[in-house]
Amino acid sequence: MLVGLMERPSLGRGLMRALIALAYLIIFAPVSMVVVTSFFSQEIISFPPPALTWHWYANAWNKPEFLHGMTTSLQVAALAAAVGVPIGTAAALAIVRGNFVGRGAISSLLLAPLAVPGVVAGSGLYMLYVLAENFFDRDIKATTEGLVAAHALLAIPWTVRLVVASLQGLDRSAEEAAANLGAGPLTVFRRITLPMMRPGIVAAAMFSFIQSFENLDISLLLVGPGRITLPVAMLNYLEFRIDPTLSAVATAQILLVGALMVLTDRFVNLSRVV
Amino acid sequence: MASLSVEKLTKRFGASLAVDDLELAVREGELVALLGPSGCGKTTTLRMVAGFLPPTSGRVLFDDEDVTRLPAHKRSTGMVFQSYALFPHMTAAQNVGFGLEMRGLRAAERSTRIEEALKLVRLSHLADRLPRELSGGQQQRVALARALVINPKLFLLDEPLSNLDAKLRAEVRLEIRALQQRLGLTTLLVTHDREEALTMADRLVVMDAGRVRQIGSPRELYDEPQDAFVADFVGRCNILSGRRENETHFRTDNGLLLPVDTAENESRNATAFALRPERIAISAGAGDEIHGPVQAVTYLGPQTEYHVRIGKDSLVVLRPTPTANEPLSSVKPEDIVSLQWDHRAPRLVPKVS
Repeated sequence: MLVGLMERPSLGRGLMRALIALAYLIIFAPVSMVVVTSFFSQEIISFPPPALTWHWYANAWNKPEFLHGMTTSLQVAALAAAVGVPIGTAAALAIVRGNFVGRGAISSLLLAPLAVPGVVAGSGLYMLYVLAENFFDRDIKATTEGLVAAHALLAIPWTVRLVVASLQGLDRSAEEAAANLGAGPLTVFRRITLPMMRPGIVAAAMFSFIQSFENLDISLLLVGPGRITLPVAMLNYLEFRIDPTLSAVATAQILLVGALMVLTDRFVNLSRVV
Repeated sequence: MASLSVEKLTKRFGASLAVDDLELAVREGELVALLGPSGCGKTTTLRMVAGFLPPTSGRVLFDDEDVTRLPAHKRSTGMVFQSYALFPHMTAAQNVGFGLEMRGLRAAERSTRIEEALKLVRLSHLADRLPRELSGGQQQRVALARALVINPKLFLLDEPLSNLDAKLRAEVRLEIRALQQRLGLTTLLVTHDREEALTMADRLVVMDAGRVRQIGSPRELYDEPQDAFVADFVGRCNILSGRRENETHFRTDNGLLLPVDTAENESRNATAFALRPERIAISAGAGDEIHGPVQAVTYLGPQTEYHVRIGKDSLVVLRPTPTANEPLSSVKPEDIVSLQWDHRAPRLVPKVS
């Protein structure tokens, strides 16, 4: 009886572990393929590789479009997060704390960009930008500002989702306690509410940054000469050649995003926020 | 410390009346407990006193000052929340110091006061811990220190013990009571735990459906409840509905005649007979007027509980557990037992109005 009880869960546990391992394999197989092939010496990838090399990394480093693309992407991602996260946070506060008609509608509207395919959103924005350019008589598409505005659309839904979740889980009695101890509404917000929202906001900033940094489809039509983001630069390169240079660039990208996630996780426990 | 008066306080949420024309006074240094089932309006009342909720009508006064329109942060009450509501990103000392900071105290004076307050709740050694690094009992004490350090006009406790385990609860109960008496804190305590209310309060306010049922000392409420609701809420009680038969008896709806000294009970609307289980004596055999078969015997350690069927009614009796050589110790279900009580013990009260 006792043995039977102990055996069954261990069988279940074994199965569970196998499934988890499989899931990890499926998730990491493509990523690790990219990393592995970036060291293959041949131009056309074949197994097993005749030799391993750093050559493709050197090659990527020497191509200005990648280095420049990287800096452009970092810059746009940082700006998009800087613009989108405060807007999304303010919207989340209004949605959770506000008391007005149409909160539900606003919430759906702000989450809507998640449901629109990037290419569609990108071409829509392209047309909008053309109209706006005529109206304001200044360049919008192919400018950093235009790109940042488009990428803020990626940041806002992520921020709204994450910050709404963190606000809903927030113990409001802590705010009441602060008021009880003599803190006025602004002080309560600054000293209590905002710090308690911090994990959600930090996570939102990270996801917004990554969403922008990796975005290809929305950017495709909105980039301009001298302002090519890294994913677009990679696509351009792919049109003419296929060699492990792209794997090398992608590996750098993966490392950067990975480092960012590790760093964020040190500040806030990501598995608890997301 | 101030005294508290609540006058004709009413709170409506849409169509429902959460607090209905409540009158309440807490004298300086007194601990008054609001006791009632959930939804009775006790927490709503406390929140109106603290200033978190605007009343629909009525007034709240601290001493003679009308604070009804004063926002929470200007009322200077010290509240302990059910969830403790500690600031998760601040250490115990920073939590305690927050109220002092809001009062503009200088850092040096703040740290002296924080030290004193933490010493008061015996937590000096944990001053630098974050709330999540403290046990439930320790968090609760930080919350106490934080509320007391500001020398509040009023000490407000919202179910402060409900998140502690039973043993700790009994301990902290006495500790808070001792602290409250030593510091002479005017205190309003909200609880649904009758034992907590009986042991801690100078006076109890039993509430139901937004109204006060009865106000009195714990003993008054326990021994002289004014209606069946209060009788049942402040302790276990046999409540049998029926009517007064004559000067000496009450007749239940099932026709059972129960002896009672009606001179003790002038209640104009006596529709229920209320008798505490521990006021009934029990003996083996069918010797007395009231007797019947035992339905169940429950051993509770120091006490034993007997369910006895009398006619179509049933009475619960609570007695000290008999020693092995007493005849009662062998009583088992289906045995016939007799019940006796002092005829002045039962209360004839209105059923719930």
